[in-house]
Amino acid sequence: MTLLEALRLAMGGVVANRLRSGLTMLGILIGVAAVILLVGVGNGASAAVQQQIEALGSNLLIIFPANAKSGGIQQGFGTASTLTMDDVRALADRQAAPDVAAAIPSASGRLQVTFSNQNWNTSLTGTTQDFPSVRNYQMASGQFFTSADVSTASKVAVIGQTVVDNLFNGADPIGQVIKLNRQSFRVIGVFASKGGSGFNNQDDVVVTPITTAWNYLLGGRGRNVQQIYVAARSPQATQAASDEVTQILLDRHHVSDPAQADFQILSQQDILSSASQTTGILTLMLGAIAGISLVVGGIGIMNIMLVTVTERTREIGIRKAIGARRRDILTQFLIESMFLAGVGGALGILVGILAGRGLPAVVSALPAPLISAPSVLMAFGISVGIGLFFGIYPANRAARLHPIEALRYE
Amino acid sequence: MIRLERLTKLYHMGDLEVPALRGIDLEVGDGEFIAIMGPSGSGKSTLMNLIGCLDQPTAGRYILDDVDVSGLTDDELAWIRNRKIGFVFQSFNLIPRATALHNVEMPLIYAGENQNRRDKALAALASVGLQERARHMPSELSGGQQQRVAIARALVTDPSILLADEPTGNLDSESSLEIMRLLAELNQQGRTIVLITHEPDIARFAHRIVRLRDGLVVSDQPQAIPAGATETAP
Repeated sequence: MTLLEALRLAMGGVVANRLRSGLTMLGILIGVAAVILLVGVGNGASAAVQQQIEALGSNLLIIFPANAKSGGIQQGFGTASTLTMDDVRALADRQAAPDVAAAIPSASGRLQVTFSNQNWNTSLTGTTQDFPSVRNYQMASGQFFTSADVSTASKVAVIGQTVVDNLFNGADPIGQVIKLNRQSFRVIGVFASKGGSGFNNQDDVVVTPITTAWNYLLGGRGRNVQQIYVAARSPQATQAASDEVTQILLDRHHVSDPAQADFQILSQQDILSSASQTTGILTLMLGAIAGISLVVGGIGIMNIMLVTVTERTREIGIRKAIGARRRDILTQFLIESMFLAGVGGALGILVGILAGRGLPAVVSALPAPLISAPSVLMAFGISVGIGLFFGIYPANRAARLHPIEALRYE
Repeated sequence: MIRLERLTKLYHMGDLEVPALRGIDLEVGDGEFIAIMGPSGSGKSTLMNLIGCLDQPTAGRYILDDVDVSGLTDDELAWIRNRKIGFVFQSFNLIPRATALHNVEMPLIYAGENQNRRDKALAALASVGLQERARHMPSELSGGQQQRVAIARALVTDPSILLADEPTGNLDSESSLEIMRLLAELNQQGRTIVLITHEPDIARFAHRIVRLRDGLVVSDQPQAIPAGATETAP
């Protein structure tokens, strides 16, 4: 029997029970659509996170102090205070660090900011004049503070779009006096929006000169640099810059063994890879949950194929009497179950793609699902595979029927 | 053509062993038309299943066309059923959602014959006088017509034996006569026919009558003047 013949036979079986076949296909359809949609959502989230991290600037290095040791007990990441303003100045040395474009310190904390009768809780970053270039911020209006502001610790602030929206109610913030922890600061600039949302909102910031932050806002913590941000000359120079920074800081901190370094350098690549690992797990988990429904669909196919085999027992007997071998009967029912699953899968892909298109309109908070060709092909392959797997038992049962008993079956 | 030697079949009903055939010796030659008769329980259905290679004997030998069939595998038996045996059942056993033509084609499909399949099936339908009904579903045909489609299906692979198990059991007397005349005609053309029946009216078409009782052959006699293809109602 040729494959074409077997396919025609299988289609005849499917068409003979339209409603039943349709409902069985629906089970696979829903499973495949769910897999495609949820994996798409996972991939979409992954792409969105990647985009946000890339917005940090692909040439960025972040230097954290090492973990503090208190009485021999390791404390959390970045808890020591081994970085100083002098380190920042040393990193700006063009001779020792030719691949470093700029280095800025960062000292941060959370604080309450008020203007007129509005107030807002936001994050404060104390830094130096190179902050916009290193951190990739553009000015929307006004300007950033200068080195003079840093050395004189002037009480000026540059604020992000989210802070503006929450305090100013449409008024122009430039030149206005806001209160940071009940002390007056003049707003001299507003950052252009960078996007991002949730806890990673890069527009929810207040930036002041680091000296001002130390003097007035981060009381009690000394002249401590929490992180140093270094911009390499180019994305390609990131590794070279990282090596130079390591050497300078090892020398300055009198550490000879790099393994004993009292600081850690994280590149944007590191953050990107750890973030994509996290979103990869998310995607996998979503896919697995949707996969469960696909398995349920497969069980539906098995169920209906068992019914079909029982119903057609007499037909199987007739076929065997006129010369069908086991393999012929096996192929007939396997193809029928794979046909059910395959058509269900193909329709599921269609529904999954359409739902993926429609989803952002319904749930706007969700990043647009990314449906890739390999995931579609895989979903189709898996659905046919499920038809094969769950079809084996019923088909085998049909093939093993004894011709006489099958012929006698009423 | 067919040689049965001490053919025995036991059925197991729980712990009980029920002998259905207790040592049948029988020879059927090429071109014979033989009727196997006997009351119900005499073992004629069991014999028919064994001759039709639908079942295997418990003991004894069955030689068909010089091949000992007794020890063959399921797939080998399927091949023999496909090429050497044409079945005609009491209840027609056509596949309901296939046309008459497709039903007749089916043995050729399993034989792996892809060329001339349609032509052969149409020729077989024509030989039973049903070429006009090729596209009809079995449910659109009368009982006699359905049985003629079944005979066409049995003939399409040009088998050695035509095995008819109570072929007229579900038919009225007129259709029965029609079918029996067709079988007699096929026999005249040289086809070997083994007919199983309990109706003397039907058996009178055969040239030789074998009677079974309790799993044994009790008589085996030629029939002097068998009814022929031109036979009218008795």
